[in-house]
Amino acid sequence: MALTIGEVSTQKVLRRLQSNMAWRRFRRNKLAVVGLGWVIVFVIIGIIGPYIAPHNYATTNFLAANQPPSWNYPFGTDNVGHDMYSEVIWSVQNALEIAFGATLVSFIIGMALGLWAGLRGGVADMVIMRLVDFMYSFPTYFLDLILVTKLGRSMGPILLAIGITGWAGYARLVRSLVLSMRHGDMVEAARSLGASPAHIARRYLLPNAMNNMVVALAFGIPGDLTVMAGLSVVGMGLRPPLPSFGNMIAQAGSNILGYPWLMYIPAGIFAITLLSFLFVADGLQDALNPKGGY
Amino acid sequence: MQNSAPLLSVEGLSKQFQVRGRILHAVQQVSFEVVAGQTLGLVGESGSGKSTLGRTALRLLEPDQGNILFDGIDLCKLKPKELRSKRKAMQMIFQDPLASLNPRMTVGMAIEDAMIIHGMRSSLERRKRVDALLERVGLPQSIAQAFPFELSGGQQQRVGIARALSVQPKLIVCDEPISALDVSIQVQIIKLLQDIQKEMNLAYIFISHNLGVVQYMSDMVLVLYLGEVVEKATAQQLFAQPSHPYTRVLLDSILKVPESAARRKRMSVPPGEMPSPFAPPTGCPFHPRCSMAVDRCRQEKPHLQNVSPNHEAACHFAVSS
Amino acid sequence: MDEPLLEVRDLFTQFQRVDDVVYAVNGMNFSVAPGEVLGIVGESGSGKSVSVLSFLGLLRDNVKLKSGTAKFRGTDLLRLGRRQLEDIRGRDIGVVFQDPMTSLNPVRRVGDQIMEGMITHHYASKKVALQRTIDLLGEVGIPEPQMRYRNYPFEFSGGMRQRVMIAMAIACEPQLLIADEPTTALDVTVQMQILALLQTLREKRNMSIIMITHDFGVATNFCDRIIVMYAGMVMESAPLAEFLNNSVHPYTIGLKSSIIEVGNKNKELVPIPGMAPVLTKPLNHCPYVSRCSVAQDRCEQELPELLHVGNEHYVACHRIEEVGIHAK
Repeated sequence: MALTIGEVSTQKVLRRLQSNMAWRRFRRNKLAVVGLGWVIVFVIIGIIGPYIAPHNYATTNFLAANQPPSWNYPFGTDNVGHDMYSEVIWSVQNALEIAFGATLVSFIIGMALGLWAGLRGGVADMVIMRLVDFMYSFPTYFLDLILVTKLGRSMGPILLAIGITGWAGYARLVRSLVLSMRHGDMVEAARSLGASPAHIARRYLLPNAMNNMVVALAFGIPGDLTVMAGLSVVGMGLRPPLPSFGNMIAQAGSNILGYPWLMYIPAGIFAITLLSFLFVADGLQDALNPKGGY
Repeated sequence: MQNSAPLLSVEGLSKQFQVRGRILHAVQQVSFEVVAGQTLGLVGESGSGKSTLGRTALRLLEPDQGNILFDGIDLCKLKPKELRSKRKAMQMIFQDPLASLNPRMTVGMAIEDAMIIHGMRSSLERRKRVDALLERVGLPQSIAQAFPFELSGGQQQRVGIARALSVQPKLIVCDEPISALDVSIQVQIIKLLQDIQKEMNLAYIFISHNLGVVQYMSDMVLVLYLGEVVEKATAQQLFAQPSHPYTRVLLDSILKVPESAARRKRMSVPPGEMPSPFAPPTGCPFHPRCSMAVDRCRQEKPHLQNVSPNHEAACHFAVSS
Repeated sequence: MDEPLLEVRDLFTQFQRVDDVVYAVNGMNFSVAPGEVLGIVGESGSGKSVSVLSFLGLLRDNVKLKSGTAKFRGTDLLRLGRRQLEDIRGRDIGVVFQDPMTSLNPVRRVGDQIMEGMITHHYASKKVALQRTIDLLGEVGIPEPQMRYRNYPFEFSGGMRQRVMIAMAIACEPQLLIADEPTTALDVTVQMQILALLQTLREKRNMSIIMITHDFGVATNFCDRIIVMYAGMVMESAPLAEFLNNSVHPYTIGLKSSIIEVGNKNKELVPIPGMAPVLTKPLNHCPYVSRCSVAQDRCEQELPELLHVGNEHYVACHRIEEVGIHAK
């Protein structure tokens, strides 16, 4: 049977279009682009921070304590003479480590448990989902506090604490994605080909759940940053002199009337950062999960 | 055809679902045989259980009762792993080919995946086979790089067929394979299915609500109503002498293109709708809609009985009418 | 012929997509006489629904161009504002869609939804509307309408829901009912019931109906006149008798020979090769040319016009002389 199928030569063009389509949808969201710009700057500072900071975060200079912003100290100094500009730069690195590290830990735990629950069903599903409910109803912030108290107040333990308490949302998402696909034609077709459950999970379910999960991951980052700052505010964050936005804000709170720059500059940068991550997440949502096609 | 040993023989197959505590008898006590190289048509309205029957016969759904003998092996006794390796002999084609394909796999990957699952190691060989399969179903090889959504409905269904063929099956369950396609494409797909059936001596279970297509494709036909077989006959007999009132209602409801304006069909009103499968009527399941129903039909359930050789109907009046 | 109830001339509709423009309707002409049942038949993407939705103002908002005229009783629907159009739609023109679940509000009682149309169009007072709703539900064949009008859409089966939609569409006694694939999602027995209902209603009220369908069986048994669409163009238009006996367009003939019907097991099925064109460029030649068995050079160069070949029969093909009747 002679068939004229005319569209094939354009296949390559189409595919390029499709991969671009996500980027183009992202670009249409102006806030997301601005946010992405800020996040990129943030990441660069995080990487090269130690080299560009004029002072070490621990360096104190009592002769230059409580200085308002000036040419030498663009963000001013605090009551022991820390250069706040350097503090901010060093904090960026810590914030990034938590943001990506802790979120990744939650994400991996959540994905594994969610997949298991969704695929296995039955008892495994029930146990995992009850655990998820528990994590949801229990204020994880207190769990973080307890864990940090037990494990210590340095980078690793905080990262781990935030990581292992934040997985419930991802688990629930992955499970629901798996369940929505599990009885669909795609999985049935794979089963009828003779695919094993592991093969189906790896080649069919995960790749199709990825978009949604990346968006969830992006939304999770600002959340984890907030938790990290929240720990500092009650004095259980990174142990000073290790710098973090939370520490700076917490310490500045005590003398906000006399030295307001100590509060406003780090808090402002932190807030803009949180917003930027949110905007990027929002843009990813538009780009990867467009509703109603193009 | 009765003499050749059947490829698939199903006996007393039942499948029920629990939906919010209520039991739905999707398939009840169905028996049939499919011979290699032949087609069994499953006909019925939505809710008749024809799709469930097709899937249960392949043990894609676990049957609650009954035996499935495929190629001399009792499918119900196989362990999951043995069943998976047996699956290459029995494949499926879906109504919505796009939904049945992984949107993240190219056409080539989708077809290859079946071979990967069944342990075909050499990727060179797999590629060669993909090319050959694409050619066989009438697609250009360049389409292997395309994603399913880039194709038209007819092309997607051809990919579905190529994937099913990739593991050299003996039986294919075709679940409404053309009902989502345009008229001009339907015939292309039907012809393709017929050609490969002849070429590879395939057996089909052909599920469709379109009686014309079923007649065109099938050797034997089962008419299903509320999960039960109400009539079972060779295609020829079924369409020439339908014995069950339900089959007749179905045939009467078909709108054919008339030969002339004067001969167009006056719309009649077939009585009633399919009752809820959760609360099937007592006695004969069709009695509330049947014009011939008498008290006996309301109380006593008719069983399949021979009307003539190779023709059975489950109606108290089948033989006399 | 009577003054047409609806007359559509030179209708064009285009959609803007991210990268390209879809030329969905490319110069469509047709009219509906009072009391006539017109069938618009076509495959997916032929523009059969879009053309009608265009002048009803029911398209999504990415319409790039909409031109032509659609005169309904002398008023050009394409020139009306949204409010004025809404006033006509639902009162003088009723619409029934394929999937009633998307057109019915799932959280409101069906009775209220039917009443609402009558009240907003000042067709009836609240009290009258309630009684009329119950009568309408009875008329469209819903048992125990005085109970059922309080039910929600999900409490009805697919066929019953379509009956509710029909009741809603005819509540204000429209002169024109537009049915967009009303029976496609239904089983054959239910399809027959719905078509019988539409036929009865039409005879009783002398409504015109536009039946949009892909199913030749439905169109030829239900309609007085048939329009075959392809690539946003009318390919052939003829009264039923003429259509059944003398259709000449190669596409129509191709479709007819690819219909699979009961009782025609021995009919030789001839598939139409290839597939429908992608409508991302303006048409400047016959859109069917790549699939046509009698195509000539001219078909690749010029857009065929819809020509009258007698007996109210119109054909858009450069090769009518060769394929069938001679143009008069």
